Amino acid sequence: MIEANAAGFPVLSLVTFLPLLGVAILMTLRGDDETTAQNARWTALWTSLIVFLMSLVLWTRFDLHEAGYQFRESADWLPAYGIGYRMGVDGISVLFVLLSTALTPVCILASWDSVRARVREYMAAFLLLETMMVGMFSASDFLLFYFFFEGVLIPMYLIIGIWGGPRRVYASLKFFLYTFAGSVLMLLSLLAMWHQAGSTDITTLLHTPFSPRMQFWLFLGFLAAFAVKVPMWPVHTWLPDAHVEAPTAGSVILAGVLLKMGAYGFLRFSVPMLPIAAQHFAPLMFALGVIAVIYTSLVALAQEDMKKLIAYSSVAHMGVVTIGIFTFNIQGIDGALFQMISHGVVSAALFLCVGVIYDRMHTREIARYGGLADRMPAYAFVFMLFTMASIGLPGTSGFVGEFLVLVGAFQVNLWLALLGSFGMVLGAAYMLYLYRRVIFGQLVRPDLKSILDLSPREMVIFAPLAILTIWLGIYPSSFTSFFGATVSAMVDQHAQALNLAHATTKLAGAVP
Amino acid sequence: MSWGLATPEIVLAISAMAILIGGVLQKRDSSLICTMAALGACAITAVLVIGTRSDVGFYGLFVSDAFSKFAKLLILLGTALCAILSLDYNQRQGIGRFEFPVLMLLSTVGMMVMASANNLMTLYMGLELQSLAIYVLAAFARDDIRSSEAGLKYFVLSALASGLLLYGISLTYGFSGSMDFIHIAQAVTNPASVSTGLIVGIAFVIAGLAFKLSAVPFHMWTPDVYEGAPTPVTAFMSTAPKVAPFVVLLRVMFGPFGHIAIQWQPIIIVVAIASMLLGSFAAIAQTNIKRLMAYSSIGHMGYALIGLAAGTQTGVRGVLVYLLTYVVMSAGVFACIVAMRRRGHAIENISDLGGLAKNDPTLAILMTIFMLSMGGIPPFAGFAGKFFVFEAAVDAGMWTLAIIGVLTSVVGLFYYLRVIKVMFFDPSEAPFDARSGSLSFVAMATGVFTLVFFFFPAPFLGAATTAAKALFG
Repeated sequence: MIEANAAGFPVLSLVTFLPLLGVAILMTLRGDDETTAQNARWTALWTSLIVFLMSLVLWTRFDLHEAGYQFRESADWLPAYGIGYRMGVDGISVLFVLLSTALTPVCILASWDSVRARVREYMAAFLLLETMMVGMFSASDFLLFYFFFEGVLIPMYLIIGIWGGPRRVYASLKFFLYTFAGSVLMLLSLLAMWHQAGSTDITTLLHTPFSPRMQFWLFLGFLAAFAVKVPMWPVHTWLPDAHVEAPTAGSVILAGVLLKMGAYGFLRFSVPMLPIAAQHFAPLMFALGVIAVIYTSLVALAQEDMKKLIAYSSVAHMGVVTIGIFTFNIQGIDGALFQMISHGVVSAALFLCVGVIYDRMHTREIARYGGLADRMPAYAFVFMLFTMASIGLPGTSGFVGEFLVLVGAFQVNLWLALLGSFGMVLGAAYMLYLYRRVIFGQLVRPDLKSILDLSPREMVIFAPLAILTIWLGIYPSSFTSFFGATVSAMVDQHAQALNLAHATTKLAGAVP
Repeated sequence: MSWGLATPEIVLAISAMAILIGGVLQKRDSSLICTMAALGACAITAVLVIGTRSDVGFYGLFVSDAFSKFAKLLILLGTALCAILSLDYNQRQGIGRFEFPVLMLLSTVGMMVMASANNLMTLYMGLELQSLAIYVLAAFARDDIRSSEAGLKYFVLSALASGLLLYGISLTYGFSGSMDFIHIAQAVTNPASVSTGLIVGIAFVIAGLAFKLSAVPFHMWTPDVYEGAPTPVTAFMSTAPKVAPFVVLLRVMFGPFGHIAIQWQPIIIVVAIASMLLGSFAAIAQTNIKRLMAYSSIGHMGYALIGLAAGTQTGVRGVLVYLLTYVVMSAGVFACIVAMRRRGHAIENISDLGGLAKNDPTLAILMTIFMLSMGGIPPFAGFAGKFFVFEAAVDAGMWTLAIIGVLTSVVGLFYYLRVIKVMFFDPSEAPFDARSGSLSFVAMATGVFTLVFFFFPAPFLGAATTAAKALFG
């Protein structure tokens, strides 16, 4: 059932479940191995491109002044229990849906030549993953959200485990179990909230008051799930393993979309539904965020493996996002969202950059490279662009998010902002150090002398990401305008809830 | 008299004997026809169960209500699925004899009597009929030393458990003055003034039933018997004969002892926690898939017991949903295990599944669905079972139980994922022998059910709710 929908058709359900049609087509492919593989690549590419084009409807028809859910759809599921199939996007989620649909074709193109074994299954896993990601961002029912949140694990587990590196079994298992351990505790929070509100509709839950004591425990349940996903220090250790072992495209999706799920969860559930507990735990979150920023930046500085370095830098960047979310002011949350989008594009591109030379040399060890600028000028340029964006150079996407978060943090606490910005200095250090060791210097290794520059296919992959990075950097308001209304409504609501809580405690104090 | 109430049991018992006579009179091998006849008998019985009116009969010994109907249908479903599994396996193992379906049916009659028991004596009679048939089934491959051992082991330990149960029944009778559930409930109303003798009696009754459920600490027989028994018998033991003692436990705890829940809840909580812990941790080291499933079933009984421990109608509903999903996915897993044959030999090591994803993608995907479902990953059916029992625990404020439950399910997931890992990530072993159509049917049907259950759960949930309501009158 479609309610007043700006698109006129169930766009979210279509975007979510169309990739499954692609999976079905893939499963029917017959023929010898090489033909099947080639057909599978094209089928997956076309499916993901159609899905992406369809998701652009969200971009064009989204009402920028509406704070609540848009493109709503609903169908009966378990009406007697208040559980329903409800879809919708608001300012927080719409850009992530687009990010997911945009990165999937990129991933499929990036795996065009590098994946040779079981291509059909590989493409099916990626399309399944797209369904889960898009579904997760567009679910407006908690149980449905949980379905997709867990569902993401299955294709990702297979992608890392089947097409990953030498320690893929360990990495995939660790990835699955870490995330699952966190999310079962969230399930208990879900059950408790459902028990009290009688519904799993997110809008209903937003208007259900939970007692401060209950909020405390619910928040911890959510924290367990989302902290692992973000990932926050000290539960981030699955991430470097997963990144190192995953195939390039797996890392791209992991960094680009999956890491956003935790922060998205905070913004969707923890902050608006549990305002008192969120305020109560904010110092803890700041502390964990600052530790993530500084500690993992230092760890990144010492890495010998390119993917591991970028993985640690992701943890640091997500620390900035965490700080931004828990400032509870417009700049902070805007900055966090912007940083998430920017990181989604930039880290995805950086992993692709690593993939480019890994495909040629089959090693990710930094010391094995050097002087690539001679042989690969185009690559050096692209890598430079994304390195700068990762550092947060003004004019690139990274700058806007970090700047806004710092502005938000300044309003809360000077030290918070100071320590946060210290992480950015370190960020510049490890990224430039990486860049210098890989691109500059003398090209001495004989096997590098014949290395080839970017192929046309790789250019096609990088072009949209590069354009996005610049666009985000020089005209950010075309993106911030999407979440402006939702974020300001959220901040207002948060302040109101806190005032109400203060008034209640005062009242309780006044009347003995 | 109220013969009408027991029509399904009577019809099923008569069909079992008719099949036995038919089998004896046939000169040629008649296991196929007998199994088909048994399936037909199950189907007819299921129809009769649905048509039976809700009443108490046989001077209060026998009850038929929505709860017993739900349980009986579930038991018949489990029996039918396992009967189909046995067809192919018994043939290939050279144990295809017509007594097999007959014994299954007789055991099923016992289970249905248990589900309808309204008196401790009826309960005991049903339980013994069920068990006696299973002793023979476990030792059905009589030339196989492991199977004989399994039968004997199960017999000795189960006899002990029956003794415990009987002792508990006699204590209950002595301290409450009746064997009738309704009269006991009338006699035992005040939790504060329960005599110690009665509590000991309840503890023994729980112990006897927990043995059949293979709940910790009465689980010791499970891994050995599961491993030794012919695979379809193992499948059977992990489906219907788990349902029957469970529904009896529910009926006894909420019927005669319903007023003194506070006295037995701690026992159930401890048993549930111990089962979940053992089921998840002990399974990690297993290399034989049947032993793995034994520990898995111990764990699953622990989760289902959460619903009983909650002591509420929501809890009973949770248990019923759990049992439904468990029966279906268990049958599915065992269908996949029965399919594990190489060059005419049944194989049971987890490592034998290596590279299944390449050799037989369909089977590998089905097995993956079952494993993830057992681990409680949405959207598969197993998640629904866990969801509704954890809901009951949260509703009743039993946070310790709920938290231990979800955390052990993470540990449990580890070994389920390991099976998936072997199938998808490990190098390829030689392909399995071709599957028979009957196996593919069971695996497919249960796989589809497991996959779509939580998308259309309303009718099943409605039935479970009605059944739970009936139990609470």
